[in-house]
Amino acid sequence: MQVSRTSRISLRMATYGVLVAMYLPLVLVVVLSFNSSNSFSWPPRKFTTRWWSTILDVESARHALLTSIKLATLAVLIAVVLGSLLAFALQNFSFYGKNTVSFLAVLPIALPGIVTGVAMRNTFMRFGWDLGLVSVVAGHATFCIVIAYNNVAARLRRMAPNVAEASSDLGATGWQTFRYVTWPLMSGSVVAGGILAFALSFDEVVVTTFTAGSGVETLPQWILNNFSRPNVLPYVTVVATVVMAISLPLAWLAQRLSDGAESLAGR
Amino acid sequence: MTLEGVSKSYGAVTALHSVDLSMKAGEFFSILGPSGSGKTTVLRLIAGFELSDSGRVFIDQKDVTAKAPFERDVNTVFQDYALFPHMTVQQNVEYGLMVKKVGKVERAAGARAMLDVVRLGGFGDRKPGQLSGGQRQRVALARALVNKPKVLLLDEPLGALDLKLREEMQVELKAIQQRVGITFVYVTHDQGEALSMSDRVAVFNEGCIEQVGTPREIYEKPETSFVAQFVGTNNIFTADRAKALFGDALKATGSMVAIRPEQIRLSKTGMANGMSVRVIAVQYLGADTRIHVSVDKQTTVIGIGASEEYKGMLVGEDVWLTLNN
Repeated sequence: MQVSRTSRISLRMATYGVLVAMYLPLVLVVVLSFNSSNSFSWPPRKFTTRWWSTILDVESARHALLTSIKLATLAVLIAVVLGSLLAFALQNFSFYGKNTVSFLAVLPIALPGIVTGVAMRNTFMRFGWDLGLVSVVAGHATFCIVIAYNNVAARLRRMAPNVAEASSDLGATGWQTFRYVTWPLMSGSVVAGGILAFALSFDEVVVTTFTAGSGVETLPQWILNNFSRPNVLPYVTVVATVVMAISLPLAWLAQRLSDGAESLAGR
Repeated sequence: MTLEGVSKSYGAVTALHSVDLSMKAGEFFSILGPSGSGKTTVLRLIAGFELSDSGRVFIDQKDVTAKAPFERDVNTVFQDYALFPHMTVQQNVEYGLMVKKVGKVERAAGARAMLDVVRLGGFGDRKPGQLSGGQRQRVALARALVNKPKVLLLDEPLGALDLKLREEMQVELKAIQQRVGITFVYVTHDQGEALSMSDRVAVFNEGCIEQVGTPREIYEKPETSFVAQFVGTNNIFTADRAKALFGDALKATGSMVAIRPEQIRLSKTGMANGMSVRVIAVQYLGADTRIHVSVDKQTTVIGIGASEEYKGMLVGEDVWLTLNN
């Protein structure tokens, strides 16, 4: 496309402007985690590694991190298994109510988290189930399934429909076809969906707040609860930096995997 | 390979009406028909991707009517090849042997030998995505043939190739078939392809067989007006109408008469037993030129002849028509 010089420059400026507005705050958080002062004072007068070296002594943060990892892992496992099976079923079989099922499966991502949260909390309480890690896992699984399902379904749709037929024609049983053809072609999307779902679960606050009992505190909740306490605030910036350092490579990996380096057309 | 009274419906649509068909071992058999004629359904029933509503399928005297694709001794070359994109060419060709648990050394050798047959030796390490359309076509062929099936099914395998490559592959396919001696069942809508490659052809229309015969029988003695029309552009008349138009020049029997375009001769100079007709369209085809002429208000006749000879004919001109016998 031909673009004039002036519009090219202004488009470039706008792009950089937006990128800076989005990512500068993240850089500031990293810088602040080395700030010797207890407040968000700017510019930092002195730098220190004190917060970093003592972070493991903050027991509540350590505990919250562990809870978050446990929670995300469980929710992702459930989501990947159920989401992949669902995508598989909707791709390969036609049955009554198929469109409804597919719509209901992706609905939770569009529903406001607060609705999901309130609804689940009410249900759990009504039936007298204790709120705890299990109820949060169930809550997170609802939206994690959507991510896993969407990733796998998109991949299955791009796969040439007759590679499975070709495999069967060449003498492979149903299991061999899955093992040698279908699974290798879809596994990247399963992993990518799992990573994205993990990232989503890891920073979720709303559903967590409603479905967690008093005993459960996740990392985002810990950050929220300690944000206004001057003596813990530096640790919040350290934790935020750690979270970034973990999630950025994961996001990059997920993108690589779902793009799929090779053509899937089978032609 | 035999089909006995095979029928198949998809919902309210009947794709095949009680079809009987039998093929001889080692023959190149084409199934020719327009799209929607049921020819691909026949193929899918033989392969086992679909099960027939009634009738039976025999391969090598064995009843395979209810068998799954992987239990049948047939292999398929798909229209869009359906190669496995995550495997190399070598792995693609080895696949059939691998799932049948043939030893590593043996299957590697088998695949290499078959790649040589399709002239792709040395391409084993490539991925399908790195090959041209014609090369992928030949990988698909090797992948099927390496299993030494009783019958090889080909579903419009040349459809995605350009004209030049298609003509080369026609010659090559025929040569490969003669070398390996396997029965080929070749589905196509291209009558030129069917006539030039086949030992026998079955012409399909609306789920029924119109005629089975050698290419020469199909072309020269069409049994139905559909066959006459579909195989070559024929001029078709009722016997009475033909008699009225062409008189005694026509030596034909039967209730319908088909006159092939190359039997029509057109000339600008008057001829003794000629009929005066008007040129309404001229299609230059290279070596040949096809000319549409109107005999009277209702009747258009199509003739074809050497471009050199028909050079001067223009739309709107009156010319003389005679028949070559």
